[in-house]
Amino acid sequence: MSEAWLLVLLTLDATVRVAAPLILASMAGLFSERSGVIDIGLEGKMLAGAFAAAATAAVTGSAWVGLLVAVLVSCCLALLHGLACITYRGNQVVSGVAINVMVAGLTVVLGIAWFDQGGQTPALAHGARFAPIELPFAEALRGVPVIGDLYYELLSGHNILVYTALAAVPAAWWVVFRTRFGLRLRAVGETPAAVDTAGISVEWLRYRAVLVTGALCGVAGAYLSTAQSAGFVRDMTAGKGYIALAALIFGKWRPVPAFLACVLFGFLDAAATRLQGVELPGIGQAPVALIQALPYALTVILLAGFIGKAIAPKAIGVPYVKER
Amino acid sequence: MSRELPRWIDVGLIPAVNILLAFLVAGAVVLVAGENPLDALSVLVTGAFGYDEAIGYTLYYATNLVFTGLAVAVAFHAGLFNIGGEGQAYIGGLGVGLVALGLDAWLPGWALIPVAIAAAGLSGAAWAFLPGWLQAHRGSHVVITTIMFNFLASALMVHLMVNVLIQPGQMSPESREFEPTVWLPFVHEMLGAVGIPVARSPLNLSILWAALACVFVWLLIYRTRWGYAIRTVGHNEPAAVYAGIDPKRVVVVTMCISGALAGFVGINEILGVHHRLLLNFTAGYGFTGIAVALMGRAHPVGIVLASLLFGALYQGGTELDFEFDNITRDMVVVIQGLVILFSGALAYMLNPLALRLWRRMRREDAA
Repeated sequence: MSEAWLLVLLTLDATVRVAAPLILASMAGLFSERSGVIDIGLEGKMLAGAFAAAATAAVTGSAWVGLLVAVLVSCCLALLHGLACITYRGNQVVSGVAINVMVAGLTVVLGIAWFDQGGQTPALAHGARFAPIELPFAEALRGVPVIGDLYYELLSGHNILVYTALAAVPAAWWVVFRTRFGLRLRAVGETPAAVDTAGISVEWLRYRAVLVTGALCGVAGAYLSTAQSAGFVRDMTAGKGYIALAALIFGKWRPVPAFLACVLFGFLDAAATRLQGVELPGIGQAPVALIQALPYALTVILLAGFIGKAIAPKAIGVPYVKER
Repeated sequence: MSRELPRWIDVGLIPAVNILLAFLVAGAVVLVAGENPLDALSVLVTGAFGYDEAIGYTLYYATNLVFTGLAVAVAFHAGLFNIGGEGQAYIGGLGVGLVALGLDAWLPGWALIPVAIAAAGLSGAAWAFLPGWLQAHRGSHVVITTIMFNFLASALMVHLMVNVLIQPGQMSPESREFEPTVWLPFVHEMLGAVGIPVARSPLNLSILWAALACVFVWLLIYRTRWGYAIRTVGHNEPAAVYAGIDPKRVVVVTMCISGALAGFVGINEILGVHHRLLLNFTAGYGFTGIAVALMGRAHPVGIVLASLLFGALYQGGTELDFEFDNITRDMVVVIQGLVILFSGALAYMLNPLALRLWRRMRREDAA
């Protein structure tokens, strides 16, 4: 294997690992936003999920129990968001910000109170994490040029949550575009009055949507703390929730384009990490910080309408008031 | 629905109960963390007001929060949600720093400080202009673009500090120190000079600028044509159009004013305290500004009170680190989130209940 080819493979491999939580959070946001509920709180739900997963896994020694608790905690936050936005018709952005700020503080306060390690959770032992999975025939195919390399380095050897993230994309597409629930979900995000007229509860539909969002954010959080790393550290989401939101908008609120945006953003991040301290011909030190800012810049340019037009669900951000 | 409620319940009692709820839940968190909430409260209060130095720190934190709180509030009045205070404050500080680094050898303090204030305002406004313009002319949601601009500001600062502005021969990404002639005087120095001894603290002259900003915002919003236009656009955009107001212009100008106010954090932090450019000096003030504006109901008087409360929490919070094993200043972040939740997102939660109780009370009076 030549060195350049190996470098490409390793960067792509890193892309998959960085993109996985973005994909999960992006698909999460898709459900809430398609139902008409803005979700700035992806970041907070992910962070809460990451903490819950690591804390539970540290105590019980099981990554699966950790995942379950992460999903539960994240769903509770989603219900809180629903309570504020759907039932009490509060401002959806304010509610999301509240959840983000609250979780940023809570995870540290509880982490210090329970584990006394400066806000971290104890390092997880092997069994308490999601281990890499060797796909069938990976070792055998390793010798085959190109395809074997791709299969061995890129596709095989990730943990179950990465494959879950990849599976979430077609699943989200199928649910949103091929099921009755999905049709109603899209309708309630565009013209909730029509859905109400058809005798379907707008509130219940939106609650189910934010619950799906909560569950997927919980998985994304568990990935960060029990699969990608071995424990929780403060602020470990570090803006990933916002990048996922940007990817969702970049993908114009559709699963497959949002997935591609996540991969692009993940690639930029992986490439920036690899370029750390590298001298580029003609430029000098690679401007790592600027490369890492590209996802945000691209999203702004898209929102400005210079790369196609991102049209949000029509009823997004508007609480539904049934006429009395 | 709530128009039936008397004013004292609507703007007095319900917000007060909401804040009380936020603090009750915070107390429950302290309890879960294994400490006594009342002890924590008393440490917070003594930490914030118990001695001279503490009061100085509390006022210094409050200065920043007045700026970011006003920034969020001005945008609120036009129906805009500016989450970008953090980035605008960051870039405002960059403006201050560049002016000071470039001119401190040439200009004396009395000449440079006004230039630096203008630079803070202009750079903050510039960072808010684009999201405002995109909202007005391209329909891009200002919430999303300001979030993106926060990250862009942060990346820009990291790039500049690490690669361009760093003092040569130094590891940490900080610029050289400004000439002491252009530092904003500390309050303890000024009062000390006229014979009033005050404990050392980072409190500096920018608190006066914050007070002026409050008066300016009050005049602007409630006493000028512009303020009227801003509030009209915020309440009812079609009505504003009928009244001959151009909502697009109002949106852009309001965002610029909002950004300028946030940018003034740079005066306090860079010219007042650190005297050099460095990373992360905004320390979340932009986000706390959201809590301050919500709690202060977007009115300058309310914002001053809320800033003092959060300033006290910031300062008292540092004391928590020393006094308790199980809770730290991060508790203040939790309180902040709870305040945003209860006085922002769940602000109307109690209205139906209050209305029922009020009706019952009046019926009993009549009977």
